[in-house]
Amino acid sequence: MKLTTLTFAAAVAASPALADLVIPDLSYRTGPYAAGGIPFSDGYQDYFTLLNERDGGIGGVPVRVIECETGYNTEKGVECYEATKGEGALVYQPLSTGITYQLIPKATADGIPIHTLGYGRTSAANGAIFRNVFNYPANYWDAASVAVKYLMQENDGSIEGKDIALVYHNSAYGKEPIRTLEELSKKHGFNLNTLAVDHPGQEQKSQWLQIRRERPDYVLMWGWGVMNQVAIQEAANIRYPMENFIGNWWAGAEHDVTPAGMAANGYKSLNMNAVEDMPVFAEIQATVIDAGKNAGDGSNLGSVLYTRGMYAAMLTAEAIRKAQEIHGVDDITPQQMRDGMEALEITDARMEELGMPGVGPVFSVSCEDHGGSGKGLVQQWNAEAKTWEVLTDFIEPDEEIIAPLVKADSEAFAAENNITAGCS
Amino acid sequence: MFYREAGDFSTTYPQDSQTFPIKFDRYRYYVVLAIAFLVLPFVMNDYWANAVFVPFLIYSIAAIGLNILTGYCGQVSLGTGGFMAVGAYSCYKLMTAFPEVSILIHVMLAGGITAAVVTLFGLPSLRIKGFYLAVATLAAQFFLVWLFNKVPWFYNYSASGQISAPERSVFGIVVTGPNTEAWAKYLVCLIFVTICAVIARNLTRGTIGRTWMAIRDMDIAAEIIGVNPLKAKLTAFMVSGFFVGIAGALFFAVYLGAAEVGESFGIDKSFLVLFMIIIGGLGSIFGSFAGAAFMVLLPVLLKNIFVGGLGWPTDLAAHLNFIVAGGLIIMFLILEPHGLAQLWRLAKEKLRLWPFPH
Repeated sequence: MKLTTLTFAAAVAASPALADLVIPDLSYRTGPYAAGGIPFSDGYQDYFTLLNERDGGIGGVPVRVIECETGYNTEKGVECYEATKGEGALVYQPLSTGITYQLIPKATADGIPIHTLGYGRTSAANGAIFRNVFNYPANYWDAASVAVKYLMQENDGSIEGKDIALVYHNSAYGKEPIRTLEELSKKHGFNLNTLAVDHPGQEQKSQWLQIRRERPDYVLMWGWGVMNQVAIQEAANIRYPMENFIGNWWAGAEHDVTPAGMAANGYKSLNMNAVEDMPVFAEIQATVIDAGKNAGDGSNLGSVLYTRGMYAAMLTAEAIRKAQEIHGVDDITPQQMRDGMEALEITDARMEELGMPGVGPVFSVSCEDHGGSGKGLVQQWNAEAKTWEVLTDFIEPDEEIIAPLVKADSEAFAAENNITAGCS
Repeated sequence: MFYREAGDFSTTYPQDSQTFPIKFDRYRYYVVLAIAFLVLPFVMNDYWANAVFVPFLIYSIAAIGLNILTGYCGQVSLGTGGFMAVGAYSCYKLMTAFPEVSILIHVMLAGGITAAVVTLFGLPSLRIKGFYLAVATLAAQFFLVWLFNKVPWFYNYSASGQISAPERSVFGIVVTGPNTEAWAKYLVCLIFVTICAVIARNLTRGTIGRTWMAIRDMDIAAEIIGVNPLKAKLTAFMVSGFFVGIAGALFFAVYLGAAEVGESFGIDKSFLVLFMIIIGGLGSIFGSFAGAAFMVLLPVLLKNIFVGGLGWPTDLAAHLNFIVAGGLIIMFLILEPHGLAQLWRLAKEKLRLWPFPH
């Protein structure tokens, strides 16, 4: 039983001498989705390292990040979850909708909260049913609604009769927005055409041939990993006008557009966090990267997904602070962490104070609403300057469409799993 | 010395035809069963169950299923992933449509449905063989994945296309869903594995197994001596499908709890199970277990050594994992093309003569 001794030795070696806040990072630095997984994980870990180095942790308790490679694979995700949950994990950030679906029931049974920032199960926004799952500041249905709203603005308030194609990753992740878009197409009178791209997304010739033939007015994309780069290249190949091609916030990072070179100029995507330079980056550079304590190779600092990973870490750190405040203890438990997340409030002043002014929308979480504000903005790629330019302010999603959908889906989940909704 | 036939007299026909004719083998088998049933459930924790034992047991069933088809009957199949998906989705549909019926019955019914589907896809094997059959089963793999993605009825019209297992219990003990105890999960899989392995072992020792092997070794010769190829091939597909279906159902309901067809039952799953039987040994029940153990445990072991033991970065460990596992597979295939089962067989031959080999 060599494995037993090894795991045991590892557990002993890793077991803390002092109190610490354990944050597992289920990352993926290998496989077809690594391009997105690496910067996010770097940002997530580097921010906690910054807090440890600069402030000695959160509320005086150091943060211990345990990284576990999932390869975006649900089986490995389960293994990582089981391997880390015994260490006193406070919150899981799986960065994969598939793994999120796996973990929602498991983590709920174990009483550990999950934070799925802008991904995962959308109806988890209904906190009365999904007590342990949080998807603030925004979710996929918000993204779909924000994209449609942006198109309305572009077309002076009406997109009736327009053809919109959705190119999506053929998985739980890509299928999430379809229902919302169908509802929106009924409301606003546009025609929706959905085109599935199978994992991992390297083969999209037939989908783009169809787009070339049908010439939809707009193409929306729910892509991730290598799929994004291929889609943008294919769009360029058929000379589809880039300014009519809009990705969601997981299809709008530097590495998605750079492979297509100048041809990607004008590609638009949603974003839920700002992309400008912020004072916190200088601090990370000085305290973390220059000291050689960075998680990755340090080259991703300031990129879209690095910023989002850092933003996720900031929201987690703020929730920990909130939990410490509510319960009056420094070394919090997962249950207390959940309370902290539920009472989280992000204000402009607080973001300013943390050195990241305007990084995300202002929002507050409550038991009924685990979804945050749902706002997103639209950015455009400038291939000349190699930067994302922000085109709009944060756009409010259409709650009139989304709220009933969230209610219906979460209630179906509650019925299936015998959960009684309630905030007590 | 202790491993020998000599001195072990059979006085009845059942004794003469038992599975393990050598006394030592028989006792070893009982000891393994006793440990698996009486010791391990009491020391099982979540990590060992979910990361090691449950996947190992479930993949063992799938490997036994594929081994019957490929190892015993010689029909190459690349559709195992898709066939497991049939088991998973039929189990899901049955679980949600008839919640009052026991999950154990649903798992077996899922196996039956898969057997029917696999037999249907086995029909071309009467006309084509070898690579051409492999391509036909590959088509089945892609077709089934496409089907479960395309038709919302299979996933009960859920927004995400995910299926998730509701909570079900056996004799008051929860066996699916998030509140399942580690030992319950493990025991359910263990019971299915034991029954499947015993059935498979006895089938392959009997008339049916012999007709399969006759077809595998030379189909024309088999036909001349009176083996009906239609019956032999289709029974192989059917039995194989039954086991693979049970594996798929358990994989979804007991192990993962939620699944998505493209991700959980893709082409890589077909290859994984095929590698298991190639490394374990074609045409051997023990080989199925050995291959499943090798493919499931090695990555977990390497990960624990590299990341847990040595503290290396996770991406380096993941990449090294590919290299080491791939290297070991190639090494095994060069040094022992008949798989781990052949090593076991050689060890037994040596043991029989030990300590006086001459």
